[in-house]
Amino acid sequence: MPVTAIQNRLDTLFQEKAENILNVYFTAGYPSLNDTLPVLKALEKGGADIIEIGLPYSDPVADGPTIQASNQKALDAGMTMKLLFEQLKDLRNEVSVPVVLMGYFNPVLQFGVERFCQKCAEVGIDGLILPDLPMYEYREFYKPIFQQYGLHNIFLISPQTSEARVREIDENSSGFIYMVSSASITGAKKGITEEQIRYFERINAMNLHNPRLIGFGISDRESFQLASRYAKGAIIGSAFINLLTGSQNLEHDIIQFVKSIKENNK
Amino acid sequence: MNTENIKSSFGVNERGYYGQFGGSFIPEMLYPNVEELRERYLEIIYSPEFQQEYHQLLRDYVGRPTPLYPAKRLSEEFGAQIFLKREDLCHTGAHKVNNTVGQILLAKRLGKHKIIAETGAGQHGVATATVCALMGLECIVYMGSHDMERQKPNVERMRILGAEVRPATSGSQTLKDATNEAMRHWINNPQETHYIIGSVVGPHPYPDMVARLQAIISEEIRWQLKEKTGSELPTHVVACVGGGSNAAGAFYHYLDEPQVKLVAVEAAGKGVSSGQSAATTALGKPGVLHGSQTLLMQTEDGQVVEPYSISAGLDYPGIGPMHAHLFHSKRAQFIAITDADAMDAGIHLARKEGIIPAVESAHALAALKELPLQPSDVVVVNLSGRGDKDLETYIRWGGY
Ligand SMILES: Cc1ncc(COP(=O)(O)O)c(C=O)c1O
Repeated sequence: MPVTAIQNRLDTLFQEKAENILNVYFTAGYPSLNDTLPVLKALEKGGADIIEIGLPYSDPVADGPTIQASNQKALDAGMTMKLLFEQLKDLRNEVSVPVVLMGYFNPVLQFGVERFCQKCAEVGIDGLILPDLPMYEYREFYKPIFQQYGLHNIFLISPQTSEARVREIDENSSGFIYMVSSASITGAKKGITEEQIRYFERINAMNLHNPRLIGFGISDRESFQLASRYAKGAIIGSAFINLLTGSQNLEHDIIQFVKSIKENNK
Repeated sequence: MNTENIKSSFGVNERGYYGQFGGSFIPEMLYPNVEELRERYLEIIYSPEFQQEYHQLLRDYVGRPTPLYPAKRLSEEFGAQIFLKREDLCHTGAHKVNNTVGQILLAKRLGKHKIIAETGAGQHGVATATVCALMGLECIVYMGSHDMERQKPNVERMRILGAEVRPATSGSQTLKDATNEAMRHWINNPQETHYIIGSVVGPHPYPDMVARLQAIISEEIRWQLKEKTGSELPTHVVACVGGGSNAAGAFYHYLDEPQVKLVAVEAAGKGVSSGQSAATTALGKPGVLHGSQTLLMQTEDGQVVEPYSISAGLDYPGIGPMHAHLFHSKRAQFIAITDADAMDAGIHLARKEGIIPAVESAHALAALKELPLQPSDVVVVNLSGRGDKDLETYIRWGGY
């Protein structure tokens, strides 16, 4: 029972590709202010299936040191919401994979939720991940706006999320569900434990309406492949930011990185 | 007094809102813990056993009731009856301990045996480390590395009490950043840990819970004032606002007494328009920080602005959602006091009444000059803390 009638690139992707979906996160305006579009293009070239652009924020409470630092560097360089939408003006001439924006709620609130959604639709964004926008506020105030502009709202679940709440989130999500792999902030833990696998299996058995992608702590081919066994695919964030940080040749390094993750996958 | 049944138009609704402010804007990873608190805090706090243990500790350990001191020489000077609510005489030196005693009892009932806290001036950190020592619980306190420098004695006090003090090195390295780090710690350690927030900030139910635990301040003021003046009602209650917990406690039982003027005092720093200020109601706009929608100092782009005040306890870019609502609804008057006026008022109190106040509390005292007072006025100033921790700040300021 889908909650919305939204039909965009995310839906097409999940209809056409059943497994090993790779979503890569990077921070807008990182490593340099004007790298947003070049990074997007290289990610698509390398074979990323979804790209998640982080909106830099001064107080990213769900993020570890790596993403915090990338947020701060982008802000120091002058990244703003307005500038991001300018950088993404030609997004859909250059990039065809689904693109989602991930960010904390306050900058969106200041920009204006409706104006923000309108801009997202204009440049061709497919979904939003706003981890600190509660379900109650979303349903009460914002859901019709998101829908009007064809934007999926992607909620998170964590190992501590109760079964009843997972169901509720499933009813109110569309696009996909962001399954946080462990009780942690981004970039905190490495590898996947037995306990996490039991959690993945528990959620698998619930037969949710929405596809799931597993994120947090996915850093390389091995963890990507393992996570992908228990969901439609997985999300890589901090490990990719670390790659960008050290890169002397962005396009080359990004393509190599994505290829190395996807090797031997269909 | 049964605080449970107070239904104030200035109280929180079941969704955690005070008017348009409040709510619970947290990532899903924090939801189970915050939801558990929301479901259980009232039931636990108002259970007879909790009340008994809480009040016994407040009496025998904290030293409550704190005196309501008629400040004779100040009264003469300002031409009104001025009373000081002596929260500075609480064990550990500030009102913060009222909240930590309550929350540690709550944490035990939730089966949590590790405690984390954030701290600015270090008073909340010390109050948390103290109750953790008392209850034998593990304690980690996050403190901005800049604040660790300017409040060194409190860092050592926490360590003597057995707490681990972890520096927050991001951002401005002050209270906001310490709060971010504490929240991250809670995300990483959701199961055994309770987060004792030190002010009326954070996601619902924290602002309401902390306000209720601090409400003992105005509960006492009412009967103490009645003993001294024949009426429970002053004309003014004055308190400083960082996040707003001492003010929430001092205002709580007067919220629905419209004849009592509530005066909230913010830190103007070097001046409200100097670019170095923490006067949130003057400089802030509605926004979301640390889990609630409130007034927030921020850029046009929604990035949180680093505040400034000479006082580490007032150096916060937001205020609690209850205060945002009191401001918005005009129930409370907000005054901003500069570093200089606060320091003068602190030294003045030392000379006039023999009390060295915390620099935070000195802001509240400085507001007396800003109020048009009459001889019939009865003013209660909440003296939230003592100045021991601020000796270095006083010494550097000089002028005494
Ligand atoms: C003595 C004193 N007063 C006031 C405050 C400000 O906090 P609040 O506004 O929550 O009372 C602090 C905070 O550290 C403090 O130590």
